Amino acid sequence: MSKPLLTIRDLKIEGRKGNDWLPIIKGVDLELRRGEVLGLIGESGAGKSTMGLAAMGYTRDGTRISGGEITFDGMDLRGLSERRKRGLRGKRIAYVAQSAAANFNPAHRLIDQYSEGPADIHGLTSQRDAAQDARMLYARLRLPNPDEIGFRYPHQLSGGQLQRAMTAMAMSCKPDLIIFDEPTTALDVTTQIEVLRAIRDAVRELGTAAIYITHDLAVVAQMADRIKILLRGEEVEEQPTREMLANPKEPYSKSLWAVRSFEVEERPVPTDETPVLRVHDVTAEYAQGIPVLENVSFDIHAGRTVAVVGESGSGKSTMARVITGLLPPTAGQIALEGTALPPRLAQRRKGDLQQVQMIYQSADTAMNPKQTIREILGRPIWFYLGLRGRAQEDKIRELLTAIELDPNEFIDRYPGSLSGGQKQRIGIARALAAEPKFIICDEVTSALDQLVAEGILRLLKRLQDERGLAYMFITHDLATVRAIADYVVVMQNGKVVEQGPKSQMFTPPHHPYTKLLLSSVPDMDPDWLDRTIKTREEA
Amino acid sequence: MRLYNGASVPPTAVFGIIVIVLYALIAIFAGQLAPFAETEIVGMEFEPPGGAYLLGTDNLGRDMLSRLIWGARNSIGIALATTGIAFFSGALLGLFAAVVGGWADQILSRLVDMLISIPSLLFALLLLSIFGTSILTLILVIATLEMTRVFRLSRAVAMDVVVMDFVEAARLRGEGMWWLIRREILPNIMAPLVAEFGLRFCFVFLAISALSFLGLGIQPPTADWGSMVRDNAALITFGDITPLLPAAAIALLTVAINFVVDWMLHRTSGLKD
Repeated sequence: MSKPLLTIRDLKIEGRKGNDWLPIIKGVDLELRRGEVLGLIGESGAGKSTMGLAAMGYTRDGTRISGGEITFDGMDLRGLSERRKRGLRGKRIAYVAQSAAANFNPAHRLIDQYSEGPADIHGLTSQRDAAQDARMLYARLRLPNPDEIGFRYPHQLSGGQLQRAMTAMAMSCKPDLIIFDEPTTALDVTTQIEVLRAIRDAVRELGTAAIYITHDLAVVAQMADRIKILLRGEEVEEQPTREMLANPKEPYSKSLWAVRSFEVEERPVPTDETPVLRVHDVTAEYAQGIPVLENVSFDIHAGRTVAVVGESGSGKSTMARVITGLLPPTAGQIALEGTALPPRLAQRRKGDLQQVQMIYQSADTAMNPKQTIREILGRPIWFYLGLRGRAQEDKIRELLTAIELDPNEFIDRYPGSLSGGQKQRIGIARALAAEPKFIICDEVTSALDQLVAEGILRLLKRLQDERGLAYMFITHDLATVRAIADYVVVMQNGKVVEQGPKSQMFTPPHHPYTKLLLSSVPDMDPDWLDRTIKTREEA
Repeated sequence: MRLYNGASVPPTAVFGIIVIVLYALIAIFAGQLAPFAETEIVGMEFEPPGGAYLLGTDNLGRDMLSRLIWGARNSIGIALATTGIAFFSGALLGLFAAVVGGWADQILSRLVDMLISIPSLLFALLLLSIFGTSILTLILVIATLEMTRVFRLSRAVAMDVVVMDFVEAARLRGEGMWWLIRREILPNIMAPLVAEFGLRFCFVFLAISALSFLGLGIQPPTADWGSMVRDNAALITFGDITPLLPAAAIALLTVAINFVVDWMLHRTSGLKD
């Protein structure tokens, strides 16, 4: 066995909160050899990113390393001066961040940003050679037009392309170690598969060691040789990928695997009753003559969940804006229980507004940070139901109990002091406060960890059973669709390409686009990526 | 929740609060504190400090100390009223423009642009010479001019809040504009508005003083710190610091207010974390 490239022993990192230092990483070991890929997984707050940064000898503002050792290729990174560490970063250790769009400088061309590392800072090559290398790497990472793409500005590339361009930048100095921090989390599934493939092949061909940080188990299964699971700053277990997938030992690891098992049994669409909401032949446009929705029609029945699936830009969020009246359609209509709704929000009656409620993707911005839970929930109760004083208070408490939060603990808190999952529950309670018949759920679980997301889905399902609610679930995540939907509408470029009951949508034959979507969702199988790419290349 | 339990108030803010309270007390109890009446001629012109006249007398032989004390009431009162009106109207219009958008926003914003494009001191001089120099017109003219700045600020910060999901949620609920402005947006832009209030108050104060100095502000014989500087400006040539006393009074208040505003800003941003 060769000597390890990176060794971390008993690492402890603390974060400042007020005048106290709280532990973030509580003594984690890590070992990585040349050419090896280690998958680091865990929920948000588990300390994955902190570990990744520590591998470069870096800590974020307000955090400090309080114990342990970090050895990179025989050098003690903790003892190294900031100057020496800077010499290592980019040259021998590189970092790829989650949002490439936010990490590129929008004012410079890609190739100039690429050559900044090797040519300007570390002085390894000339500008000309660096540009030459860039083209080769762009080609290796399967970017279109590798000879020209470098001369574009970041905003001229798609998210997936930018992520690959950033990976190329990380590889520009031929580093020994690259840290990937959730590089595909912000991408659509169909884009993700390309990026995964490009990263994996490039890492293999160049023999680079990598730490791959993600919360998506199926993704890490494709990328990593070994998987390490973190929970609240502590290691749960570490095993080679195949063994981890086949045979997780710790209860927490098993629970992570079990998340995907939640699935609502499909209920048939009733044929003889008026749907709660009917979208009839809707066409809508933002600018004159450029339709974002074209002839969209579907029904949503009481007690049923319709999932609207598609990539970003497919028009699924626009659909929600049309239904709520924020964007009046140019043709077609929305009918609530058989009666056509006025197209504009301003024309709708209070009773109509009450029936259509919405839960947002980002619970952080969906709640006024200056209002307490009491005000957030109390307002719709007063506004729609006319309840005040004691009755209002009782109703708020009843709602909090329904969403499984303790009223005494939460009623006077501000949203800022709540966790992501708790905030999303308050979002649900606010929608319920109106006592609606129909709720639009706009990517409600996509910002949450898998375990938390599953809790939200179970809650929504229970509320639906108890109250006979109809849901429209906007999502790009097919696992969510499989878990909760009765009926699926697949959208692409503003059109419905296919719709039908869930069982029908998940069994062949598929529409080509549905097939592409379905086949792009990673499986827990480490061979999935190879297999899928092979099937596609044969086709 | 609003109280800052446990943490101490910084010394600068304590100093600021003490100064402001002192000024307020002086303004309120001017009648009891001042040794002489506001416009009473008590002695010779430009008597040196000492004796019965603690700070000497001014160009007409009025007691300087009494004039300073009476001036606090006029200068602070008028500045406060002006800033208050400027803020109430400016913030309301700014929020209205941000919430409604479209044509209403265009019309209001262009009107404000027009007002801003005219140098404000010249414009104030022009308006005051048209409408006369009563205290009411003075307040209204300066409030109108300062309102444009408040409008721009509150519109800009409200724009960032208007696009948040919780505002959309309130709109979808069917809330009226007044609710949106008062309950959803205003609480989220209080921090910059409070900071601006401190600054604007100082500017208004200086604007009134400047106008008084030019003779179009508060009219004699009413005591006012700005015009007191002008009245006694001749003394500076003789190395006497008496005319600088009202100027110092203005400066001290300005500094005190900004200390307090700084502290309040820290407090509100601290609550957000």
